[in-house]
Parts: sequence; C-alpha cells; structure tokens
Amino acid sequence: MSKRLITLLLTLVLLVGAIGPLTVAAQDDCDFAGEVVVGVIASLTGERPQVGVSTEEAAQMAADEKNAACGVQIDGENYEVVILVEDSEAKAESAVAAATRLIVDEQVHAIIGPQASVEAIPAGQVANDRETPMISPWSTNPATTVDRPWVFRAAFLDPFQGPVVANFAQAEFGATTAAVLYDIASDYPKGLAENFREAAEANGIEVVAFESFTTGDTDFSSQLTNIIQQNPDVLFTPQYYNEVPLIVQQARELGYEGEILGSDSWGTPDLIDLCGDACNGLFFSTHYAPDIATEVGQAFIGNYESLFGSKPDDVAALTYDSFQLLYTAIENAQSLERADIRDALANIQLFEGVTGIMSFDEQGDPIKCAVIIQIQEGAFTYYDQACPAGFPPASADATAEPG
Amino acid sequence: MTYFVQQFLNALQLGSLYALIALGYTMVYGVLLLINFAHGDIFMIGAFLGVTGSMVLGLPFVPTLLLSMTITGLMGVAIERIAYKPIRHASRLSVVITALGVGLLLENGMLALTGADPRSYPSDFITTTTYEKWGINISNVKIIIIVLAFVLFIGLYLIVQRTKWGMAMRAISYDKFAVPLMGVSQDQIISLTFLMGASLAAAGGILWGVAFPVLNPYMGMRVGWKAFIAAVVGGIGDIRGAMLGGLLLGFIEIMVPAYGKSIGISSTWRDPIAFALLLLILVIRPTGLFGVARRQKV
Repeated sequence: MSKRLITLLLTLVLLVGAIGPLTVAAQDDCDFAGEVVVGVIASLTGERPQVGVSTEEAAQMAADEKNAACGVQIDGENYEVVILVEDSEAKAESAVAAATRLIVDEQVHAIIGPQASVEAIPAGQVANDRETPMISPWSTNPATTVDRPWVFRAAFLDPFQGPVVANFAQAEFGATTAAVLYDIASDYPKGLAENFREAAEANGIEVVAFESFTTGDTDFSSQLTNIIQQNPDVLFTPQYYNEVPLIVQQARELGYEGEILGSDSWGTPDLIDLCGDACNGLFFSTHYAPDIATEVGQAFIGNYESLFGSKPDDVAALTYDSFQLLYTAIENAQSLERADIRDALANIQLFEGVTGIMSFDEQGDPIKCAVIIQIQEGAFTYYDQACPAGFPPASADATAEPG
Repeated sequence: MTYFVQQFLNALQLGSLYALIALGYTMVYGVLLLINFAHGDIFMIGAFLGVTGSMVLGLPFVPTLLLSMTITGLMGVAIERIAYKPIRHASRLSVVITALGVGLLLENGMLALTGADPRSYPSDFITTTTYEKWGINISNVKIIIIVLAFVLFIGLYLIVQRTKWGMAMRAISYDKFAVPLMGVSQDQIISLTFLMGASLAAAGGILWGVAFPVLNPYMGMRVGWKAFIAAVVGGIGDIRGAMLGGLLLGFIEIMVPAYGKSIGISSTWRDPIAFALLLLILVIRPTGLFGVARRQKV
C-alpha cells in the first residue's frame, strides 16, 4: 500500500470520526444517566423480508425520536434508548434463539417482536419463562399471549378479525356462500381460517369449501378448481403478501369471478408490486390505513416518509406503537425492573397510538378497532372500520376517519 | 367430466414444469454419472435473468427466454469447468458435496445480489387471457407452458438420438474411457451437455415464473429436489424417463387434493402421498421406469 493511500485512508477515518459526534450533538445536552436496552426481533431474511425491514426502520425511528427528546425519564434522570436488532429469518427456531440471546446474553429490559405468529408464539414462551416483558406488534394468533403474563401485543386478535371479515362479506356483498384457502402448516392462517369459518357459519353463510396447502407450495390450481366448482360468493384467503399474488392470479386464470377477501397479512406494499392489476379492487381487514386521519397517525406517517422515502406499512405502525407502549409503561412505573415494566404494561388504559386507541385486557391483548382497506390503483385505501361493541368509549372518540 | 379435464390441464402444466427441470438432471447424470445438485439453483438463476431481461431491458417474452437460456447455458458450462472438471476423477462423494456447495453459492450469491424480496415479471410480460369452453378454463399461459415443454423435450430427444453430438453423448455415457480413443473430445461433449441442461433449466425457470409469479433466491431448492426425484423415478439418465417422471409427479400432486377429499384425505396429504407412491415405484423398479441396471465394472 502506497504512502499516499495510507494518508488518504487516515484522513477519511479522521473525517468520519469528526462527523460522527456532530450528528448526535443534539443529544449531548441530555446527559444520559443510563440505558434502556430494547431487543428487537425482526425477520430480516427468509420468506418475509419486507416485514423485517419495516420493523427495523420503525424501531430505529422510535428510538431516535425518543433519544432526541432526551430519552426515557425515570426519577428525573434521562435514560437513552438502545435497540439491539436480531434476525429471526422468518423461522420459529431462529426466533427462539434470538429471544434467548437477547434475554440471556444482552440482558435487555424488554423485547419488541417478533412479528408473525409462527415466530411470536415460540418466542413468547421464551420471554415468559425468563420473565422478560415482550410485545409482539403484529402477531394476531391467540396462542401468543394465552397464559403468558409477560407477553403482550399491539395487534388485535384473529377471533376478532375473523368475524370482522365475515360480517363485511355479508354486509357488503350479500354473500351466502364462502370458500377458504389457507396454509395448514402456519399458525396465523390456520387459526384465522377457522375463526372465519365459525363466524361465517354463525352469520348463516355456508362455507362450501375449506381447502388447505402447505408452506412453500406455489401451485394451488387443484384446490382452486375444487373451490370454483362450488361457486362461492367470496373466497377468503388469510395468507401472507408473498403468497396472495399466486392465489389471486391462479384463481382468476381458472375462471373465478367472485370476490376475494384477505386479512392483515396482506398489508405490505410489496403485495401490489407482485400482484399487479390482479389485486385491484380487493378488500382486506387490517390494523391501520396509511390515509388514516388522526393527528398521531399523520405525524408518524409524515416523519417516516421523510426518513425512509416510503409510506409506513402496518408492521411499521404497530412496531412504532409497541415502542410508545413500552415507553409509557416504563415512565408510569418509574422503574427499569422487568417486573415493574410488565405490571405497568398490563395497566395501560386508552392509549392513543398510530393504529388507534387501545386498552389491554387481562390476557395482554389490546382492545381496539379494525379497518377495512380496499386496494385501489396501486394503493391501500381506507374503506371502513369495525370496532368491538362499546369501544372506544365516547369520551375518547378520536379514531380513524376516512381520509 | 369438465372437472376432470380442468384438473388434467392443471396437472399437465405442473408436470411439464417438473419435467423440464428433470431433463437437466438426467442429461448430466447420463453423461457424467454426476448428480448435479446445483441444477435447482441454476433454474433459479434462469428465472432471475428473465426478470432482469424483462424489467431492466424491457424485452418481451421470446427474446427474454432466449437471452436467459443462452446466458444460463454458458453459466452451466462455466460451473462445470470451474467446479466439476478438476474433480472429475475424485470420489463420488466429493463430487456430490461440490455440487451441493455450488448450489449454496448460487443461492446465497443471488440473495446477496438482489436481497430477499420476492420478484415477479412485469404485468405486460405475458398478458394472461383465459379461454372458456364447455365450462373448462384454459389460459394462454397454460398452453404456452405445456406446448413449449413438449417442444423442448422432443427437440432434445431428437438431438440425442439423431445427431452426431447426441451419439457422442450416449457413447460417453456408455464408456467414457473408450470414447476419447475414437477421436471424440470428451470435454466438448460434457460442455455441450451442461449447456443444454442449464438452458433447459432456464426455460423451466422463466415458465415457472410466468405460472407462479413470486420469485425468490430460495425457489430452486424445493423445485430442484422434486425434479430430481422425478428424474430418479423415471430412471435417471434416460430422457423419456425424466419427462414421464416429471409428468407423473405433477399428476399425483394435482389429483391427490382434487379427489382425496371425496375419500376423506385432506389436501395436506399431497406431498406424503406423492412421495409414498414414488417410493413404491422404486421398490418395484429400483432403477426407475426407464432405467437400465448398470453393471459395475470390476
């Protein structure tokens, strides 16, 4: 290596060193007394990488924003938020390994994530056994929190979402027959498919076909031919954004002309890129609409867009809300003890987040509203919302309005 | 009846795709006695080159197909030269491990290059039209896939059976030590085999991407294994066998969910039943449907 090259490199190192402290100068007057260490489990690689990216971005934003406001306040002292991101590879076993590593090796105060139920259910077991508060932003399968006092979530549950979609099918399309196509090997689609069937049958909709496949399958023509032969009014398919385009396009190719409905796992913008025009006009239920009109929602969406150049999806919104829930809990508890954080989380009432107003029930599940989104011209557009009976209380009426 | 015809067409499409990929396994095995476990990942590379051709260069279907088949074919030759040729006389086990390694390299190389986000072809790559007659729906995509698979199969069969190159391939497969003595270049024939095998995989990859428009760097693994099994069932080394094995696998995979319900078998049993049936065939005919027992030279 020539001398000039070495000099050049040294200069670069010095320059970077000089710029580094400048960019964080804003935080210097905060005088942090300690750290709040938050473990984040995100599926950065594997089947649903977009989910991981959204998680990481929203987590980074939630931490930076809090630190710019001098971090979490406990007893008049400032605590800096530090996030440690672990990759769960969209696999159950890797999610368990990530949770264990964060709790045992890194001694985190709390964990946010993992997102998909197939990862969150086993990781929740680890968090509960090792008595560490965990908030899964996106998991909607009941098993994630059942009998696990240490595990919370920011998303509503499938036993709530299933009826929302079934009611919508009946009210909007006057559906009398329905079919379901789902992945039997994945916790989320399997649970939701069953919740939908129960709700549909309770509503008097006849479920004429209940077809399954296995994770990784790409050819659904056999099951879809079965379904089409029964001529259902609606086809419900609670699959992830990387599978929906396959199902929709094959169904149309085989001549299905009825409605196709989905669930919150559809809500990643990649769905539109992969599906093209085939998904135009379709509906799904989810946690949040990008054109939601609350102040909290708009502020979040604006900041996120200016930071990352794209509109946040539901995963990002829920991850951000999970962080705010955690901050609220720590500040309410005025403590960094894991047990105190847990108790404070359980006691949060009428918290207003990006995804609407929520309270926690005794299971650690939030009580909140769902929105119905229509895919229009390559965008997710707010269409309607559905709330649990009597929620939110009239005094806290600030939820989504059509944008 | 219309239901059966519809499922028959579904099976023909899936089976044709498996068959196209199985042809590559069988050719390489036929000539080199090498199971090229990287073949599934070559198929993935072909599909991704198709995405590049159509998205970046904006090419229509046929030029994209030809371009991807050419580049992938040359890659197949390069892989053979770099990875397999140096160990041509090493033990069988080293060769298998090398092939697995090449597969992982391709898979993770593509992951590093493009990221894990799934891709699809642009919507104007092939405009899907569905024709309906007597209650049977058949799309232009299905027709293209089935016809092209059979055209490629017949073309390959004619090359192997009727040309001098094909004769040389069969000769090498019969006795790789005697053939060079006849003045045939072993290296050239092996390169040609890899060229044809890899370009067939690329054709399979693009057609797969048209039928199932969500592509990711891992897609070759599962499909590759299934096509390999199809080739073994057909009698690895035999071209007709690969075609038949692929179609057979496609038919079982479609017909189990199609008719299993009426006898109380859920569609989840598709893979277990498919592979149990294939195992059964191998129990009855250990060398596969078209396979001939090789005598071990002592």
